[in-house]
Amino acid sequence: MNIHEYQAKEVLRSFGVNVPRGHLAQSVGEAVAAADELAGSVWVVKAQIHAGGRGKAGGVRLCKSVDEVKAAAQALLGSVLVTKQTGPAGKEVGKLYVEEGLNIAHEFYLSLLVDREAEAVALVVSPAGGMDIEEVAATESEKIRTFPIRNIDAFEAAEIASFLGLQGDAAGQLNVLLRQLYQAFTEKDAAMLELNPLVLTVEGNLVALDAKFVADDNGLYRQPEIVAMRDLSEEDPREIEAAQYGLNYIQLDGNIGCMVNGAGLAMATMDMIQMKGAKPANFLDVGGGVTVPAVTEAFKLLFSDAQVKAVLVNIFGGIVRCDIIAQGLLEAIKTHPMNVPVVMRLVGTNEDAGRKLVKDAGLDVRWAENLDEAASMAVGAI
Amino acid sequence: MSVLLDQSTRVICQGFTGKQGSFHSEQMLAYGTNFVGGVTPGKGGQQHLDKPVFNSVGDAVREEGAEATVIFVPPRFAADAIIEAADAGLRLIVCITEGIPVLDMLRVKAQLKGSDAVLIGPNCPGIITPGAAKIGIMPAHIHQPGRVGVISRSGTLTYEAVDQLTRVGLGQSTCIGMGGDPIHGMDFIDALKLFEADEQTEGIVMIGEIGGSDEENAAEFIQAHVSKPVVAFIAGATAPKGKRMGHAGAIISGGKGTARAKFAALEAAGVAVEHNPTLLGQRMVALLGN
Repeated sequence: MNIHEYQAKEVLRSFGVNVPRGHLAQSVGEAVAAADELAGSVWVVKAQIHAGGRGKAGGVRLCKSVDEVKAAAQALLGSVLVTKQTGPAGKEVGKLYVEEGLNIAHEFYLSLLVDREAEAVALVVSPAGGMDIEEVAATESEKIRTFPIRNIDAFEAAEIASFLGLQGDAAGQLNVLLRQLYQAFTEKDAAMLELNPLVLTVEGNLVALDAKFVADDNGLYRQPEIVAMRDLSEEDPREIEAAQYGLNYIQLDGNIGCMVNGAGLAMATMDMIQMKGAKPANFLDVGGGVTVPAVTEAFKLLFSDAQVKAVLVNIFGGIVRCDIIAQGLLEAIKTHPMNVPVVMRLVGTNEDAGRKLVKDAGLDVRWAENLDEAASMAVGAI
Repeated sequence: MSVLLDQSTRVICQGFTGKQGSFHSEQMLAYGTNFVGGVTPGKGGQQHLDKPVFNSVGDAVREEGAEATVIFVPPRFAADAIIEAADAGLRLIVCITEGIPVLDMLRVKAQLKGSDAVLIGPNCPGIITPGAAKIGIMPAHIHQPGRVGVISRSGTLTYEAVDQLTRVGLGQSTCIGMGGDPIHGMDFIDALKLFEADEQTEGIVMIGEIGGSDEENAAEFIQAHVSKPVVAFIAGATAPKGKRMGHAGAIISGGKGTARAKFAALEAAGVAVEHNPTLLGQRMVALLGN
């Protein structure tokens, strides 16, 4: 789960991390009031959306007067920001964060994440901050280093400071910052915590100028404060609806709707569709503990998606019973008529009962014996 | 022979009396697994499915000589359940539970260092030696004792491969689902070592997916240490970058963990990569013969 920059900074501030002063603004009036309250002569107005690349897309505006803050707020609020990470549809800006401007001497990159290879939390740092870190990794990999953190007391702080070119008091500040970040990461069940950039100001302060926090979904049950920061308006409404029924749904841009049990088989089904020359409209894993209401919801999601031109159902029933899938289909069509071709491959527990239910209802479903055939039939039907 | 599990392995279940634990324990018993009891704290001394219930894994080890466990306890208690099993000296720990926080798994892995216990999972279907025993949730009827070892990050996609191996008459020696989480126990290399050394196993099917670098590491290992034919499929060639595809571990991040890179690494290592997941059985027949 993602949270906004202003929320990530709130979390970091609670662990003592140095972040710029700022206020959330949801209207032009609030933005002006925020600038007045912050005082000073330079402000930054930042669009709050759950996507990176805001700067390049014009979502971060440097303002040298309150009038400029007002103009920036007017331009950004309600506008649609298209960044490298939003996809072509972009994201509508509903919230702004107005911050004090800083005198930046140098920018760094710093993030914490779970390193799968090292089986530890790892710190990734670079002296080339403020840039797209993936680009840095591709072109100047010597400027990025990863340090697994196995023991908070054995931080290689001096080595990290030297790699970043920090000395004296700034190196001391880094040492404190690393401990604060590690504590925030572990106590808040983060999956990723990124400061890009972390800056050293002309005055010699190390400040988190930007902050991104991604929560580990599996840890949310013990993080009520993070859960309260969830902004549903930033998420795909179909994915939210699916999640309420325990379905794992991800919207994609093709036109064959898929329903599969199991994440691996669901990915393999998408791959087969592509191999046959078409593209999947979604990833949908109905999971293991499937119920009729969940399957009904899954079919409704597929049938109500205007981009779906054919539906492919691929079930390898072990724990999942094929008759439950069939019952879900029969329920769904009561409110969502089956207007597109449906190809079904039902194998495993109660497959005969499942097929019989669908046939007895007189539904025009096309039956496939295996995944290869099912994918060919679905692609041929569009 | 088979790997890790046979009909003599003494198996218990943690989370025995819960809904999932009860259902699958019954299935394991029906398959012939040497299932000796279960653990539910506070219910020690009771009988469940005609088997004894213990308060702790330690009690089950002392009274029934338990060697292996299958864990169904909820995510918030699962990490401690794994550690309890390792501390009690079990040699095989299969954790089915899905949704364990990743930081909990880091703690588990740190604790398990230096322990002899083999952990399979979490978020996995388990392990089965067809015709002998199963520890997990896989549908037993699709399996058949045979010649091919299966190791996979996915559940239902494993069933797909198993079903094909049964239909082409090759069968399976042992099938292991290592699970879909980013931090997990047994990996491809651990399983490849066991299958390479196992006489019954003549060929190996490995099923990976996007995310991480387990498959790339396996490719290196295969090139250097595996003499038996390996057929491999990687799921997620069409998955978008940065989206978690169901499994917590199935995500392409920072341009790393793509299916393309994994297929390429395996192919370079001499593995028979198969881009069509419905042809895994046939591909193995071509390599091993009927």
